[in-house]
Amino acid sequence: MIHTRRLTRHFRVKGGGTVAAVRGLDIDVEAGELVAFLGPNGAGKSTSLRMLTTLLAPTSGTATVAGCDVLADQAEVRRRIGYIGQGHGAGHHFRVRDELVTQGRCYGMSRAESRARADELLAALDLLSLAKRPAGTLSGGQRRRLDIAIGLVHRPRLLFLDEPSTGLDPQNRANLAGHIRRLREEYRTTIFFTTHYLDEADAMAERVLIIDHGQVIADGSPGQLKAGLAGDAITITVDGELDAKRAADLAGRVPSAREITTEATTVRLRVPDGEAVLPEYLRALDRAGVRARTANLTQPTLDDVFLALTGRSIRDGSPQ
Amino acid sequence: MNVIANTGTAFAREIMPTLRNPAGLLVMMAQPLVFLVLFGSLLTATGDESPWPWFVPGILVMMGLTGMSGAGYGLHVELLGGSLERMLVTPLSRTAMLVGRTLKEVVTLLVQAILIMVTAVPLGFRPHTAGALAGLAVIAVLGVGLGSLSFALVILTKRQPELFWGIQQVLLFPLLLLSGVLLPTDAAPGWLRALSGVNPVTYIVDAERALFAGTYATASVWYGLLAAVAIAVLGLVLGTRAMRRASL
Repeated sequence: MIHTRRLTRHFRVKGGGTVAAVRGLDIDVEAGELVAFLGPNGAGKSTSLRMLTTLLAPTSGTATVAGCDVLADQAEVRRRIGYIGQGHGAGHHFRVRDELVTQGRCYGMSRAESRARADELLAALDLLSLAKRPAGTLSGGQRRRLDIAIGLVHRPRLLFLDEPSTGLDPQNRANLAGHIRRLREEYRTTIFFTTHYLDEADAMAERVLIIDHGQVIADGSPGQLKAGLAGDAITITVDGELDAKRAADLAGRVPSAREITTEATTVRLRVPDGEAVLPEYLRALDRAGVRARTANLTQPTLDDVFLALTGRSIRDGSPQ
Repeated sequence: MNVIANTGTAFAREIMPTLRNPAGLLVMMAQPLVFLVLFGSLLTATGDESPWPWFVPGILVMMGLTGMSGAGYGLHVELLGGSLERMLVTPLSRTAMLVGRTLKEVVTLLVQAILIMVTAVPLGFRPHTAGALAGLAVIAVLGVGLGSLSFALVILTKRQPELFWGIQQVLLFPLLLLSGVLLPTDAAPGWLRALSGVNPVTYIVDAERALFAGTYATASVWYGLLAAVAIAVLGLVLGTRAMRRASL
Protein backbone atom coordinates (compact mmCIF):
# COMPACT_ATOMS: atom_id res chain seq x y z
CA MET A 1 0.00 0.00 0.00
CA ILE A 2 2.79 2.40 0.89
CA HIS A 3 6.32 2.02 -0.36
CA THR A 4 8.90 4.75 -0.05
CA ARG A 5 12.54 4.70 -1.05
CA ARG A 6 14.98 7.29 0.27
CA LEU A 7 12.12 9.75 0.53
CA THR A 8 13.59 13.12 1.49
CA ARG A 9 12.32 16.62 2.00
CA HIS A 10 14.41 19.71 2.62
CA PHE A 11 13.10 23.09 3.63
CA ARG A 12 14.82 26.37 3.04
CA VAL A 13 15.31 28.28 6.25
CA LYS A 14 15.66 31.98 6.91
CA GLY A 15 19.16 33.25 6.40
CA GLY A 16 19.91 30.73 3.66
CA GLY A 17 20.70 27.05 3.95
CA THR A 18 18.38 24.11 4.09
CA VAL A 19 17.17 21.82 6.80
CA ALA A 20 16.21 18.21 6.16
CA ALA A 21 12.81 17.50 7.72
CA VAL A 22 12.71 13.97 6.34
CA ARG A 23 15.85 12.10 5.32
CA GLY A 24 15.90 8.94 3.30
CA LEU A 25 12.68 7.38 4.51
CA ASP A 26 12.20 3.70 3.55
CA ILE A 27 8.75 2.48 4.52
CA ASP A 28 6.75 -0.55 3.42
CA VAL A 29 3.17 -0.89 4.57
CA GLU A 30 1.04 -3.73 3.23
CA ALA A 31 -2.72 -3.74 2.66
CA GLY A 32 -4.74 -4.12 5.85
CA GLU A 33 -2.06 -2.93 8.25
CA LEU A 34 -2.76 -0.49 11.08
CA VAL A 35 0.39 1.53 11.52
CA ALA A 36 1.29 4.31 13.93
CA PHE A 37 3.96 6.78 12.96
CA LEU A 38 5.31 7.85 16.32
CA GLY A 39 7.80 10.57 17.11
CA PRO A 40 8.30 13.80 19.02
CA ASN A 41 7.10 17.12 17.64
CA GLY A 42 9.29 18.20 14.77
CA ALA A 43 10.52 14.68 14.00
CA GLY A 44 9.19 14.80 10.43
CA LYS A 45 5.89 12.96 10.84
CA SER A 46 3.63 15.52 9.24
CA THR A 47 6.09 16.31 6.47
CA SER A 48 6.23 12.62 5.60
CA LEU A 49 2.46 12.36 5.65
CA ARG A 50 2.09 15.43 3.44
CA MET A 51 4.41 13.87 0.87
CA LEU A 52 2.47 10.60 0.95
CA THR A 53 -0.83 12.45 0.43
CA THR A 54 0.43 14.64 -2.49
CA LEU A 55 0.26 17.84 -0.45
CA LEU A 56 4.00 18.34 -0.64
CA ALA A 57 6.48 17.33 -3.33
CA PRO A 58 9.50 15.31 -2.14
CA THR A 59 12.94 16.87 -2.62
CA SER A 60 14.24 13.46 -3.65
CA GLY A 61 13.39 9.78 -3.40
CA THR A 62 10.20 8.01 -4.43
CA ALA A 63 6.90 7.10 -2.87
CA THR A 64 4.25 4.74 -4.21
CA VAL A 65 0.92 5.08 -2.45
CA ALA A 66 -2.04 2.79 -3.18
CA GLY A 67 -0.20 1.61 -6.28
CA CYS A 68 0.53 5.04 -7.77
CA ASP A 69 3.53 7.31 -7.76
CA VAL A 70 2.90 10.45 -5.68
CA LEU A 71 4.58 12.69 -8.24
CA ALA A 72 3.78 11.08 -11.59
CA ASP A 73 0.19 10.14 -10.81
CA GLN A 74 -1.03 12.64 -8.23
CA ALA A 75 -4.64 12.58 -9.39
CA GLU A 76 -4.94 8.81 -9.02
CA VAL A 77 -3.31 8.83 -5.58
CA ARG A 78 -5.84 11.46 -4.50
CA ARG A 79 -8.69 9.37 -5.83
CA ARG A 80 -7.58 6.29 -3.89
CA ILE A 81 -6.62 7.64 -0.48
CA GLY A 82 -8.47 9.28 2.34
CA TYR A 83 -6.88 11.94 4.49
CA ILE A 84 -7.90 13.37 7.84
CA GLY A 85 -5.60 16.27 8.64
CA GLN A 86 -4.68 18.02 11.84
CA GLY A 87 -7.12 20.83 11.19
CA HIS A 88 -10.84 20.63 10.60
CA GLY A 89 -11.99 19.30 7.27
CA ALA A 90 -15.27 21.17 7.22
CA GLY A 91 -15.32 24.89 6.50
CA HIS A 92 -16.45 27.11 9.35
CA HIS A 93 -19.46 28.63 7.57
CA PHE A 94 -20.62 25.50 5.80
CA ARG A 95 -23.37 23.25 7.03
CA VAL A 96 -22.39 19.80 8.20
CA ARG A 97 -24.45 17.90 5.64
CA ASP A 98 -23.51 20.27 2.80
CA GLU A 99 -19.84 19.58 3.37
CA LEU A 100 -20.39 15.83 3.28
CA VAL A 101 -22.34 16.13 0.03
CA THR A 102 -19.64 18.37 -1.47
CA GLN A 103 -17.01 15.81 -0.54
CA GLY A 104 -18.84 13.12 -2.47
CA ARG A 105 -19.08 15.46 -5.47
CA CYS A 106 -15.32 16.10 -5.23
CA TYR A 107 -14.79 12.38 -5.77
CA GLY A 108 -17.08 12.31 -8.78
CA MET A 109 -20.11 10.78 -7.08
CA SER A 110 -23.51 11.77 -8.47
CA ARG A 111 -25.70 14.19 -6.54
CA ALA A 112 -28.06 11.44 -5.39
CA GLU A 113 -25.20 9.15 -4.44
CA SER A 114 -23.45 11.94 -2.52
CA ARG A 115 -26.61 12.74 -0.57
CA ALA A 116 -27.27 9.10 0.28
CA ARG A 117 -23.69 8.63 1.42
CA ALA A 118 -23.84 11.84 3.49
CA ASP A 119 -26.94 10.61 5.32
CA GLU A 120 -25.36 7.21 5.89
CA LEU A 121 -22.30 8.79 7.49
CA LEU A 122 -24.33 11.29 9.53
CA ALA A 123 -26.09 8.31 11.08
CA ALA A 124 -22.94 6.21 11.50
CA LEU A 125 -21.03 8.98 13.26
CA ASP A 126 -23.94 10.20 15.34
CA LEU A 127 -24.16 13.56 13.59
CA LEU A 128 -27.77 13.47 12.39
CA SER A 129 -29.00 16.09 14.84
CA LEU A 130 -26.20 18.44 13.70
CA ALA A 131 -26.75 18.07 9.96
CA LYS A 132 -28.03 21.61 9.43
CA ARG A 133 -25.64 23.37 11.78
CA PRO A 134 -22.69 25.38 10.43
CA ALA A 135 -19.59 23.29 11.14
CA GLY A 136 -18.03 26.16 13.11
CA THR A 137 -20.69 25.87 15.81
CA LEU A 138 -19.86 22.25 16.68
CA SER A 139 -17.91 21.19 19.77
CA GLY A 140 -14.39 19.80 19.43
CA GLY A 141 -15.48 16.17 19.64
CA GLN A 142 -18.36 16.71 17.21
CA ARG A 143 -16.06 18.40 14.70
CA ARG A 144 -13.61 15.53 14.91
CA ARG A 145 -16.41 13.06 14.17
CA LEU A 146 -17.34 15.21 11.19
CA ASP A 147 -13.71 15.19 10.04
CA ILE A 148 -13.78 11.40 10.11
CA ALA A 149 -17.07 11.30 8.24
CA ILE A 150 -15.65 13.60 5.54
CA GLY A 151 -12.55 11.43 5.23
CA LEU A 152 -14.67 8.31 4.72
CA VAL A 153 -17.14 9.61 2.12
CA HIS A 154 -15.47 7.84 -0.82
CA ARG A 155 -14.72 4.65 1.13
CA PRO A 156 -10.93 4.82 0.76
CA ARG A 157 -8.95 1.59 1.00
CA LEU A 158 -6.11 3.54 2.58
CA LEU A 159 -6.69 6.20 5.21
CA PHE A 160 -4.13 8.67 6.53
CA LEU A 161 -4.73 10.49 9.81
CA ASP A 162 -2.46 13.26 11.04
CA GLU A 163 -2.42 13.52 14.84
CA PRO A 164 -6.06 12.42 15.00
CA SER A 165 -6.58 12.80 18.74
CA THR A 166 -4.78 16.08 19.40
CA GLY A 167 -6.96 18.37 21.46
CA LEU A 168 -9.55 15.72 22.30
CA ASP A 169 -10.59 14.82 25.82
CA PRO A 170 -10.13 11.18 26.97
CA GLN A 171 -13.72 10.24 26.20
CA ASN A 172 -13.51 11.55 22.63
CA ARG A 173 -10.13 9.92 22.17
CA ALA A 174 -11.60 6.57 23.15
CA ASN A 175 -14.52 7.23 20.81
CA LEU A 176 -12.12 8.00 17.95
CA ALA A 177 -10.08 4.88 18.62
CA GLY A 178 -13.31 2.87 18.46
CA HIS A 179 -14.18 4.30 15.03
CA ILE A 180 -10.74 3.53 13.69
CA ARG A 181 -10.84 -0.04 14.95
CA ARG A 182 -14.27 -0.56 13.42
CA LEU A 183 -13.02 0.67 10.06
CA ARG A 184 -10.29 -1.90 10.17
CA GLU A 185 -12.53 -4.73 11.26
CA GLU A 186 -15.45 -4.03 8.96
CA TYR A 187 -13.73 -2.81 5.79
CA ARG A 188 -10.12 -3.97 6.15
CA THR A 189 -9.05 -0.37 5.56
CA THR A 190 -5.31 0.18 5.69
CA ILE A 191 -4.68 2.87 8.29
CA PHE A 192 -1.60 5.00 8.74
CA PHE A 193 -1.68 7.59 11.50
CA THR A 194 0.83 9.91 13.07
CA THR A 195 0.89 10.54 16.78
CA HIS A 196 3.09 11.80 19.54
CA TYR A 197 0.97 10.09 22.18
CA LEU A 198 2.78 6.96 23.30
CA ASP A 199 -0.24 5.32 24.86
CA GLU A 200 -2.25 5.87 21.70
CA ALA A 201 0.34 4.20 19.49
CA ASP A 202 0.64 1.43 22.03
CA ALA A 203 -3.08 0.79 22.38
CA MET A 204 -4.20 1.19 18.78
CA ALA A 205 -1.47 0.20 16.38
CA GLU A 206 -0.38 -3.27 15.42
CA ARG A 207 2.81 -1.82 14.12
CA VAL A 208 4.73 1.24 15.23
CA LEU A 209 7.28 3.12 13.19
CA ILE A 210 9.33 5.41 15.41
CA ILE A 211 10.69 8.47 13.65
CA ASP A 212 13.29 10.87 14.95
CA HIS A 213 15.23 13.60 13.14
CA GLY A 214 13.50 12.63 9.90
CA GLN A 215 14.52 8.97 9.98
CA VAL A 216 12.81 5.76 11.01
CA ILE A 217 14.73 4.42 14.00
CA ALA A 218 12.53 1.48 14.97
CA ASP A 219 9.83 -0.65 13.35
CA GLY A 220 7.78 -3.40 14.94
CA SER A 221 4.72 -4.25 17.00
CA PRO A 222 4.56 -2.39 20.33
CA GLY A 223 5.29 -5.68 22.10
CA GLN A 224 8.30 -6.48 19.94
CA LEU A 225 9.75 -3.01 20.32
CA LYS A 226 9.41 -3.09 24.07
CA ALA A 227 10.76 -6.59 24.45
CA GLY A 228 13.63 -6.12 22.06
CA LEU A 229 14.84 -2.73 23.11
CA ALA A 230 13.99 -2.22 26.71
CA GLY A 231 12.62 -5.32 28.40
CA ASP A 232 10.62 -5.62 31.61
CA ALA A 233 12.10 -4.50 34.90
CA ILE A 234 11.82 -6.84 37.90
CA THR A 235 12.50 -5.40 41.32
CA ILE A 236 12.45 -7.46 44.52
CA THR A 237 13.37 -6.64 48.08
CA VAL A 238 14.66 -9.20 50.55
CA ASP A 239 15.47 -9.27 54.31
CA GLY A 240 19.19 -8.60 54.37
CA GLU A 241 22.19 -7.79 52.24
CA LEU A 242 23.34 -11.41 52.33
CA ASP A 243 19.99 -12.53 50.92
CA ALA A 244 20.24 -9.77 48.34
CA LYS A 245 23.57 -11.15 47.16
CA ARG A 246 22.12 -14.65 46.93
CA ALA A 247 19.09 -13.32 45.07
CA ALA A 248 21.38 -11.57 42.60
CA ASP A 249 23.30 -14.80 42.04
CA LEU A 250 20.05 -16.62 41.35
CA ALA A 251 19.02 -13.85 38.96
CA GLY A 252 22.25 -14.46 37.10
CA ARG A 253 21.05 -17.97 36.36
CA VAL A 254 17.96 -16.71 34.52
CA PRO A 255 19.16 -17.07 30.93
CA SER A 256 17.55 -13.89 29.58
CA ALA A 257 18.35 -11.62 32.54
CA ARG A 258 20.35 -8.46 31.92
CA GLU A 259 21.43 -5.43 33.92
CA ILE A 260 21.33 -7.16 37.33
CA THR A 261 22.01 -4.63 40.07
CA THR A 262 21.96 -4.87 43.85
CA GLU A 263 21.46 -1.95 46.19
CA ALA A 264 21.23 -2.73 49.90
CA THR A 265 18.29 -5.17 50.12
CA THR A 266 16.94 -4.43 46.64
CA VAL A 267 17.72 -6.45 43.51
CA ARG A 268 16.85 -5.28 40.00
CA LEU A 269 17.05 -7.10 36.70
CA ARG A 270 15.75 -6.74 33.18
CA VAL A 271 14.22 -9.55 31.14
CA PRO A 272 12.32 -9.55 27.84
CA ASP A 273 9.42 -11.64 29.21
CA GLY A 274 8.92 -10.52 32.77
CA GLU A 275 5.50 -12.04 33.24
CA ALA A 276 6.91 -15.53 32.69
CA VAL A 277 10.20 -15.00 34.47
CA LEU A 278 8.88 -13.46 37.70
CA PRO A 279 7.01 -16.54 39.06
CA GLU A 280 9.93 -18.80 38.08
CA TYR A 281 12.36 -16.50 39.81
CA LEU A 282 10.26 -16.32 42.98
CA ARG A 283 10.07 -20.10 43.12
CA ALA A 284 13.85 -20.32 42.74
CA LEU A 285 14.27 -17.86 45.61
CA ASP A 286 11.91 -19.96 47.76
CA ARG A 287 13.88 -23.11 47.03
CA ALA A 288 17.10 -21.35 48.05
CA GLY A 289 15.48 -20.18 51.27
CA VAL A 290 15.51 -16.50 50.33
CA ARG A 291 12.33 -14.75 51.35
CA ALA A 292 11.12 -12.09 48.94
CA ARG A 293 9.44 -9.24 50.81
CA THR A 294 8.12 -7.41 47.76
CA ALA A 295 8.15 -8.17 44.05
CA ASN A 296 7.45 -5.66 41.33
CA LEU A 297 7.23 -6.03 37.60
CA THR A 298 7.35 -2.89 35.45
CA GLN A 299 6.62 -3.30 31.79
CA PRO A 300 8.25 -0.71 29.60
CA THR A 301 6.37 1.93 27.68
CA LEU A 302 7.18 3.08 24.19
CA ASP A 303 8.80 6.05 25.88
CA ASP A 304 11.35 3.65 27.39
CA VAL A 305 11.92 2.34 23.88
CA PHE A 306 12.45 5.86 22.58
CA LEU A 307 14.74 6.62 25.50
CA ALA A 308 16.77 3.48 24.88
CA LEU A 309 17.13 4.44 21.21
CA THR A 310 17.85 8.14 21.46
CA GLY A 311 18.80 8.91 25.03
CA ARG A 312 15.92 11.39 25.17
CA SER A 313 12.35 11.17 26.32
CA ILE A 314 9.76 11.61 23.61
CA ARG A 315 8.08 14.19 25.82
CA ASP A 316 11.13 16.45 25.85
CA GLY A 317 9.65 18.19 22.86
CA SER A 318 11.16 19.00 19.54
CA PRO A 319 14.61 17.66 18.81
CA GLN A 320 17.27 20.19 17.91
CA MET B 1 -13.68 14.30 -14.39
CA ASN B 2 -13.66 17.43 -16.43
CA VAL B 3 -12.82 20.89 -15.25
CA ILE B 4 -16.25 22.32 -16.01
CA ALA B 5 -18.10 19.78 -13.84
CA ASN B 6 -15.48 20.33 -11.14
CA THR B 7 -15.95 24.08 -11.37
CA GLY B 8 -19.68 23.50 -10.86
CA THR B 9 -18.93 21.48 -7.72
CA ALA B 10 -16.62 24.18 -6.33
CA PHE B 11 -19.12 26.92 -7.21
CA ALA B 12 -22.03 25.03 -5.66
CA ARG B 13 -20.11 24.56 -2.42
CA GLU B 14 -19.19 28.23 -2.19
CA ILE B 15 -22.60 29.66 -3.05
CA MET B 16 -24.49 27.39 -0.66
CA PRO B 17 -23.92 29.41 2.57
CA THR B 18 -25.00 32.57 0.71
CA LEU B 19 -28.18 30.92 -0.56
CA ARG B 20 -28.92 29.66 2.91
CA ASN B 21 -28.36 33.10 4.43
CA PRO B 22 -28.82 35.79 1.74
CA ALA B 23 -28.98 38.54 4.37
CA GLY B 24 -25.19 38.20 4.62
CA LEU B 25 -24.97 39.91 1.23
CA LEU B 26 -26.48 43.06 2.68
CA VAL B 27 -23.92 43.21 5.46
CA MET B 28 -21.16 43.16 2.85
CA MET B 29 -22.90 46.08 1.10
CA ALA B 30 -22.80 48.41 4.08
CA GLN B 31 -19.73 50.29 2.89
CA PRO B 32 -20.82 51.10 -0.67
CA LEU B 33 -24.29 51.99 0.62
CA VAL B 34 -22.84 54.47 3.08
CA PHE B 35 -20.78 56.05 0.31
CA LEU B 36 -23.75 56.12 -2.02
CA VAL B 37 -26.19 57.75 0.37
CA LEU B 38 -23.93 59.94 2.51
CA PHE B 39 -21.20 60.91 0.03
CA GLY B 40 -23.29 60.90 -3.11
CA SER B 41 -25.98 63.09 -1.57
CA LEU B 42 -23.24 65.51 -0.52
CA LEU B 43 -22.28 65.83 -4.17
CA THR B 44 -25.80 66.91 -5.14
CA ALA B 45 -25.13 70.11 -3.21
CA THR B 46 -21.96 70.95 -5.16
CA GLY B 47 -23.41 71.73 -8.55
CA ASP B 48 -26.48 72.08 -10.71
CA GLU B 49 -25.89 68.84 -12.57
CA SER B 50 -27.08 65.54 -11.08
CA PRO B 51 -23.99 63.69 -9.71
CA TRP B 52 -25.58 60.24 -10.00
CA PRO B 53 -24.67 59.26 -13.58
CA TRP B 54 -21.08 60.09 -12.68
CA PHE B 55 -21.02 58.81 -9.10
CA VAL B 56 -22.95 55.50 -9.21
CA PRO B 57 -20.71 53.76 -11.80
CA GLY B 58 -17.70 54.79 -9.71
CA ILE B 59 -19.26 53.36 -6.55
CA LEU B 60 -19.88 50.09 -8.38
CA VAL B 61 -16.22 49.89 -9.39
CA MET B 62 -15.23 50.74 -5.83
CA MET B 63 -17.43 47.96 -4.54
CA GLY B 64 -15.88 45.55 -7.02
CA LEU B 65 -12.41 46.61 -6.03
CA THR B 66 -12.82 46.40 -2.24
CA GLY B 67 -15.07 43.33 -2.30
CA MET B 68 -13.07 41.26 -4.75
CA SER B 69 -9.64 42.17 -3.42
CA GLY B 70 -10.82 41.02 -0.02
CA ALA B 71 -12.41 37.86 -1.43
CA GLY B 72 -9.40 35.93 -0.19
CA TYR B 73 -10.67 36.33 3.36
CA GLY B 74 -12.86 33.25 3.10
CA LEU B 75 -10.06 31.21 1.59
CA HIS B 76 -7.70 32.32 4.33
CA VAL B 77 -10.13 31.13 6.98
CA GLU B 78 -10.22 27.78 5.20
CA LEU B 79 -6.45 27.65 4.88
CA LEU B 80 -5.99 28.26 8.59
CA GLY B 81 -8.83 25.97 9.60
CA GLY B 82 -7.88 22.91 7.56
CA SER B 83 -10.72 22.69 5.05
CA LEU B 84 -8.57 23.96 2.17
CA GLU B 85 -6.08 21.19 2.90
CA ARG B 86 -8.90 18.64 2.87
CA MET B 87 -10.05 19.90 -0.56
CA LEU B 88 -6.50 19.83 -1.93
CA VAL B 89 -6.22 16.11 -1.15
CA THR B 90 -9.36 15.32 -3.16
CA PRO B 91 -9.19 14.74 -6.93
CA LEU B 92 -11.13 17.96 -7.55
CA SER B 93 -9.26 19.97 -10.19
CA ARG B 94 -7.35 22.80 -8.58
CA THR B 95 -8.07 25.10 -11.48
CA ALA B 96 -11.75 24.40 -10.85
CA MET B 97 -11.31 25.19 -7.16
CA LEU B 98 -10.03 28.64 -8.09
CA VAL B 99 -12.49 29.35 -10.89
CA GLY B 100 -15.50 28.08 -8.92
CA ARG B 101 -14.62 30.28 -5.97
CA THR B 102 -14.03 33.29 -8.18
CA LEU B 103 -17.33 32.81 -9.98
CA LYS B 104 -19.18 32.69 -6.70
CA GLU B 105 -17.62 35.99 -5.67
CA VAL B 106 -18.51 37.52 -9.05
CA VAL B 107 -22.13 36.37 -8.80
CA THR B 108 -22.52 37.90 -5.35
CA LEU B 109 -20.82 41.07 -6.58
CA LEU B 110 -23.30 41.38 -9.44
CA VAL B 111 -26.26 40.90 -7.11
CA GLN B 112 -24.87 43.60 -4.84
CA ALA B 113 -24.24 45.91 -7.80
CA ILE B 114 -27.84 45.55 -8.94
CA LEU B 115 -29.09 46.28 -5.40
CA ILE B 116 -26.94 49.43 -5.28
CA MET B 117 -28.32 50.58 -8.62
CA VAL B 118 -31.89 49.96 -7.47
CA THR B 119 -31.20 51.90 -4.26
CA ALA B 120 -29.83 54.80 -6.30
CA VAL B 121 -32.96 55.12 -8.46
CA PRO B 122 -35.07 56.91 -5.81
CA LEU B 123 -32.11 59.24 -5.24
CA GLY B 124 -32.34 60.31 -8.87
CA PHE B 125 -30.16 57.80 -10.75
CA ARG B 126 -31.47 56.99 -14.25
CA PRO B 127 -29.19 54.48 -15.94
CA HIS B 128 -29.35 53.51 -19.60
CA THR B 129 -30.56 49.88 -19.39
CA ALA B 130 -28.47 48.21 -22.12
CA GLY B 131 -25.48 50.33 -21.12
CA ALA B 132 -25.88 49.37 -17.48
CA LEU B 133 -25.89 45.67 -18.43
CA ALA B 134 -22.72 46.15 -20.45
CA GLY B 135 -21.25 48.02 -17.50
CA LEU B 136 -22.06 45.14 -15.17
CA ALA B 137 -20.38 42.76 -17.60
CA VAL B 138 -17.17 44.79 -17.45
CA ILE B 139 -17.35 44.82 -13.65
CA ALA B 140 -17.75 41.03 -13.73
CA VAL B 141 -14.62 40.71 -15.87
CA LEU B 142 -12.72 42.95 -13.48
CA GLY B 143 -14.08 40.90 -10.58
CA VAL B 144 -12.78 37.64 -12.06
CA GLY B 145 -9.29 39.10 -12.21
CA LEU B 146 -9.27 40.72 -8.79
CA GLY B 147 -10.84 37.70 -7.09
CA SER B 148 -8.26 35.35 -8.59
CA LEU B 149 -5.44 37.70 -7.60
CA SER B 150 -6.81 37.84 -4.07
CA PHE B 151 -6.85 34.04 -3.88
CA ALA B 152 -3.33 33.87 -5.27
CA LEU B 153 -2.22 36.30 -2.56
CA VAL B 154 -3.75 34.06 0.11
CA ILE B 155 -1.80 31.05 -1.15
CA LEU B 156 1.33 33.17 -1.30
CA THR B 157 1.00 34.57 2.23
CA LYS B 158 -0.02 31.16 3.63
CA ARG B 159 -0.45 31.26 7.38
CA GLN B 160 0.04 35.02 7.73
CA PRO B 161 -3.36 36.67 7.27
CA GLU B 162 -1.93 39.97 8.55
CA LEU B 163 0.49 39.99 5.61
CA PHE B 164 -2.40 39.35 3.23
CA TRP B 165 -4.38 42.30 4.61
CA GLY B 166 -1.31 44.51 4.65
CA ILE B 167 -0.63 43.94 0.96
CA GLN B 168 -4.32 44.20 0.07
CA GLN B 169 -4.68 47.58 1.79
CA VAL B 170 -1.43 48.96 0.39
CA LEU B 171 -2.58 48.15 -3.14
CA LEU B 172 -6.28 48.89 -2.75
CA PHE B 173 -6.32 52.49 -1.57
CA PRO B 174 -3.91 54.02 -4.10
CA LEU B 175 -5.71 52.18 -6.92
CA LEU B 176 -9.03 53.45 -5.62
CA LEU B 177 -8.11 57.07 -4.92
CA LEU B 178 -6.10 57.45 -8.12
CA SER B 179 -8.95 56.16 -10.26
CA GLY B 180 -11.21 59.16 -9.63
CA VAL B 181 -14.14 57.16 -8.23
CA LEU B 182 -14.95 59.69 -5.52
CA LEU B 183 -13.69 62.96 -6.97
CA PRO B 184 -12.57 63.83 -10.50
CA THR B 185 -8.82 63.94 -11.01
CA ASP B 186 -9.06 66.68 -13.67
CA ALA B 187 -8.11 69.38 -11.22
CA ALA B 188 -5.39 67.33 -9.56
CA PRO B 189 -1.67 68.29 -9.63
CA GLY B 190 0.26 67.00 -12.62
CA TRP B 191 2.11 64.23 -10.81
CA LEU B 192 -1.13 62.84 -9.43
CA ARG B 193 -2.77 62.95 -12.84
CA ALA B 194 0.24 61.09 -14.27
CA LEU B 195 -0.15 58.38 -11.64
CA SER B 196 -3.85 58.22 -12.36
CA GLY B 197 -2.99 57.76 -16.03
CA VAL B 198 -1.05 54.56 -15.36
CA ASN B 199 -3.76 53.14 -13.08
CA PRO B 200 -5.81 50.59 -15.04
CA VAL B 201 -8.78 51.16 -12.72
CA THR B 202 -9.02 54.77 -14.02
CA TYR B 203 -9.86 53.45 -17.48
CA ILE B 204 -12.41 51.02 -16.10
CA VAL B 205 -14.13 53.81 -14.15
CA ASP B 206 -14.21 56.01 -17.29
CA ALA B 207 -15.62 53.13 -19.33
CA GLU B 208 -18.30 52.43 -16.71
CA ARG B 209 -19.42 56.07 -16.75
CA ALA B 210 -19.65 56.02 -20.53
CA LEU B 211 -21.53 52.71 -20.60
CA PHE B 212 -24.05 53.68 -17.93
CA ALA B 213 -24.78 56.81 -19.97
CA GLY B 214 -25.45 54.63 -23.01
CA THR B 215 -22.35 55.40 -25.09
CA TYR B 216 -20.50 52.34 -26.38
CA ALA B 217 -18.11 52.82 -29.25
CA THR B 218 -15.85 55.37 -27.63
CA ALA B 219 -12.14 54.99 -26.97
CA SER B 220 -12.62 55.11 -23.20
CA VAL B 221 -14.97 52.11 -23.36
CA TRP B 222 -12.41 50.11 -25.28
CA TYR B 223 -9.57 51.09 -22.97
CA GLY B 224 -11.67 50.15 -19.96
CA LEU B 225 -12.61 46.81 -21.42
CA LEU B 226 -8.99 46.15 -22.32
CA ALA B 227 -7.87 46.99 -18.77
CA ALA B 228 -10.53 44.69 -17.28
CA VAL B 229 -9.63 41.81 -19.59
CA ALA B 230 -5.92 42.28 -18.88
CA ILE B 231 -6.55 42.13 -15.11
CA ALA B 232 -8.75 39.05 -15.59
CA VAL B 233 -6.11 37.21 -17.62
CA LEU B 234 -3.36 38.13 -15.19
CA GLY B 235 -5.50 37.06 -12.26
CA LEU B 236 -6.50 33.71 -13.77
CA VAL B 237 -2.93 32.88 -14.75
CA LEU B 238 -1.46 33.74 -11.35
CA GLY B 239 -4.42 32.32 -9.45
CA THR B 240 -4.48 28.92 -11.12
CA ARG B 241 -0.71 28.68 -10.90
CA ALA B 242 -0.79 29.44 -7.16
CA MET B 243 -3.60 26.98 -6.54
CA ARG B 244 -1.96 24.18 -8.53
CA ARG B 245 1.29 24.58 -6.65
CA ALA B 246 -0.34 25.15 -3.27
CA SER B 247 1.21 22.93 -0.65
CA LEU B 248 0.33 25.16 2.34
